Amino acid sequence: MPAMNDPAMPSPIVEATLRELSVAGHRGPRLQPLDVPARGATELLPGVALRATAPALPEVSEPAAVRHFVKLSTLNHHIDKAIYPLGSCTMKYNPKLNDEMARLPGFAGIHPLQPDETVPGALAVVGELHDWLRAIMGMPGITTQPVAGAQCELTAILMARAYHTDRGGAREEVIVPDSAHGTNPSTVAQVGYRVVTVPSGPDGCVDLEALRKAISPRTAAMMLTNPNTLGIFEREVGTIQRWIHEAGALLYLDGANLNAMVGLASPGAMGFDFAHINLHKTFSTPHGGGGPGGGVLCVRSELEPYLPSPVLVASGTGHRWDYDRPRSIGRVHSFYGNFGILVRALAYLRSLGATGVAEVSREAILNANYLKARLRDAYAPSHPGFCMHEFVLSAARQKTRGVKALDVAKRLLDFGVHAPTTYFPLIVEEALMIEPTETETKTSLDAFADAMLAIDRESMESPATLREAPTRTPVRRLDEARAARSLILSWQDLESERKAEAVHGGA
Amino acid sequence: MLERIGASSIEELWGAVPAEFRVPGALPLPAPLAEYESARRFEAEAGRNADASRYACFLGAGIYDHFIPSAVRALTARSEFATAYTPYQPEVAQGTLQVIFEYQSMIRELTGMEVANASMYDAATAAAEAAHLAIGAKGRQRVVVSGGLHPHHRQVLATYASAGHYELVEAPLVGGRTDVAALPAALGTETAAFLWAQPNFEGIVEDGAAITAAAHAAGAYSVAVADPISLSVLAPPGAQGADIVVGEGQPLGVAMTYGGPLVGFFAIRKADVRRLPGRLSGITVDLDGRRGFVLTLQTREQHIRRERATSNICTNQGLMALANTIHLALLGAEGMRDVALQCLERAHHLAERAARVPGVALLHASPFFREFVLRLPGPASSFVEHALGAHLLAGVPLSRFDRSRPNDLLVAVTEKRSREELDRYADALTAWVRARSMAPVEEAACPR
Repeated sequence: MPAMNDPAMPSPIVEATLRELSVAGHRGPRLQPLDVPARGATELLPGVALRATAPALPEVSEPAAVRHFVKLSTLNHHIDKAIYPLGSCTMKYNPKLNDEMARLPGFAGIHPLQPDETVPGALAVVGELHDWLRAIMGMPGITTQPVAGAQCELTAILMARAYHTDRGGAREEVIVPDSAHGTNPSTVAQVGYRVVTVPSGPDGCVDLEALRKAISPRTAAMMLTNPNTLGIFEREVGTIQRWIHEAGALLYLDGANLNAMVGLASPGAMGFDFAHINLHKTFSTPHGGGGPGGGVLCVRSELEPYLPSPVLVASGTGHRWDYDRPRSIGRVHSFYGNFGILVRALAYLRSLGATGVAEVSREAILNANYLKARLRDAYAPSHPGFCMHEFVLSAARQKTRGVKALDVAKRLLDFGVHAPTTYFPLIVEEALMIEPTETETKTSLDAFADAMLAIDRESMESPATLREAPTRTPVRRLDEARAARSLILSWQDLESERKAEAVHGGA
Repeated sequence: MLERIGASSIEELWGAVPAEFRVPGALPLPAPLAEYESARRFEAEAGRNADASRYACFLGAGIYDHFIPSAVRALTARSEFATAYTPYQPEVAQGTLQVIFEYQSMIRELTGMEVANASMYDAATAAAEAAHLAIGAKGRQRVVVSGGLHPHHRQVLATYASAGHYELVEAPLVGGRTDVAALPAALGTETAAFLWAQPNFEGIVEDGAAITAAAHAAGAYSVAVADPISLSVLAPPGAQGADIVVGEGQPLGVAMTYGGPLVGFFAIRKADVRRLPGRLSGITVDLDGRRGFVLTLQTREQHIRRERATSNICTNQGLMALANTIHLALLGAEGMRDVALQCLERAHHLAERAARVPGVALLHASPFFREFVLRLPGPASSFVEHALGAHLLAGVPLSRFDRSRPNDLLVAVTEKRSREELDRYADALTAWVRARSMAPVEEAACPR
């Protein structure tokens, strides 16, 4: 057991590791005794190399383990506590009903290789979700096999490659705007294409002149985020899609910012060939501390043959998985994607209904514009005018007082709210990218704005305080360079280091 | 709010969206449902599925019906974990970051490796990323996979390889095992990695030491796709010299949920840490000298390195990795060993009883862990259908993956399968065989 510390002194350790909490012989829940004759591993596995010593896993009782994880949980910021305005992450409230439905034994307890006839209810849920999303996106083809936005990108660019290969050649390049998320260029490289970056113009939209020059017979596809990561709608998407299609290339919608368009505008009408959806953003499934997500890829009918296999199809009064997909790019996940996430997304949509779906983006846009209006005098917006569901501020003015975007972000933590996305998009100096979502009330928006304005005043009156922030969090600023330099990535590493220190200390 | 914004209506705010792209009126979608009405429909849909709370589940093939302690469900349901995001602000994400650190430690311990990452989407994509890592490390463009790898994992590898970075070749099983003697010829001198499964898809325990030695002799990486339950009893591939060990974490506290969400683990040697895909949590100190955790070596990742990143992955499977961590903590070394041994004993008990049913044979003679292939005297799918009547999910017909094997059934037995359920299985099999022998013509007339 770790020693009790003087409550007046900050402990050097916020919470011990499981290894440090281990007590020999302690253990949690046990199994029923074996009720078949025991023969032992040596007899049952003749000639097999067995593990010489048991893995050194922790030895803790259930109450000790529960206290450990509850203590750890209290160190996290989360959406049920306060606003979490990370731009392009869409941290909206996650309704509790959705989790409850996903945990029903009839969903949580089914195996992916059961015959289709034994899981008609699960197939009906996936089928109904597909119907909702097809209507919202205005696109006929759909797969829910990818499990994240980045995996949708990979799936789509592989499909683009297969599509072009069928038409005479895979082509060589994919166009990506400079305001795009890092996953876009990374995906393009992973699929073996060359990234062609096009700059943004002064209005924050794709520079059309530069785009015209970038498009060529080598272009396989263009990936466009709309609204873009500056929170600006790409007004010229009609022109862009025309040029891309005239060149025989395909247009991909990175749906990270779909929360600005649900029920308001149709990606299908905009001429996108592919559009991805992050269910964990737009459709309220919990982010889980970084996953599981849920990816949906919607496509135009000409691209349906290339969708990952299997594809859910109607069959009689129900559904079945169709594996007979000769032109499919193949499989991208062990089974059918994150089914538990699909149940949650459908629960969200059923609660919203037609009327609620139309309200999502209206309110998200209203909230973002309200916050922008409250902050635009203190922090320079990247672009004037109305925004969609998010906007980018620059802390360049604060920087002249010695306070960077990073300091503003850290100080916000002291106010009990989460910071915006910082230093992204890369094209805005000292960027603070803010997405409040529709589930914040005016009260919480005002509290966030008040905190931002107080920090701006502090940047004039006591900039040093900001560089010291945060001071009210479980730990203060952490030395990231040291973590990368000395790489302690496990208990085992920690113990080796302690041993090394003991040797040096004793010398 | 509009007054403050300086707009006269909400519509004015999206004036930039051209009229032709707007949704005209309301979408043709159903009306909203109250919680209890939505729940009523979901409960009805869930009730139409034959789930493991009502049917004894003998399906495996990578996803298993293992015991999940209540505390795993209770703790993973906490908002503090479930509704947080990627730890971009470590000062208010120490819970998530320490959990990842503990997860990395336990995966390292189980696999016998030196570094584990914060997790991947699933075992299939972890295997694909492992192939990609090996290609980068070896500077070779050829990957060989054992026929003992899960067919779906092989399919995902083929999809990821279709971009043309590398050639993917399969080395078939002989007698249910990787043919180690044939490996030198199969691998040649231009192979970056050999991927194999432990235990393999047909349940057989592979000779990890011999496979890894053969891979190394060919100058290739040995990449194991390991079952995490077996690692408490079998020698871990890391201890046998493997270069990368990946696998499916679902058996460690994650509900089957029709195969998703899953969680892939990914463990390597220290020398490859800068080639590692995905996130890593490391220890550091704060301004007051207190211990803390941060995401580290982020310069490998897409948000910084863009087209030169090690992978396009930008999340892990945080909540599932948390479930793995809690599960391993609650069961501990002894508990995990009990689980593994009970699987082993119960699987062998059932296999032997099944093989005593006339006309039924255990397909392979090699040692197996918790899964085995039965060769039945008729179509395996017919027995699966028959067994539903006895509330049994009897196994996975291998015809699903290979049409030339209509009578082979892959059966998995976990620690949860009671003696009564094993008895019921043996009885159902006996009854099905007997019924077939009395009506052979009828069965033969409807081949699957």
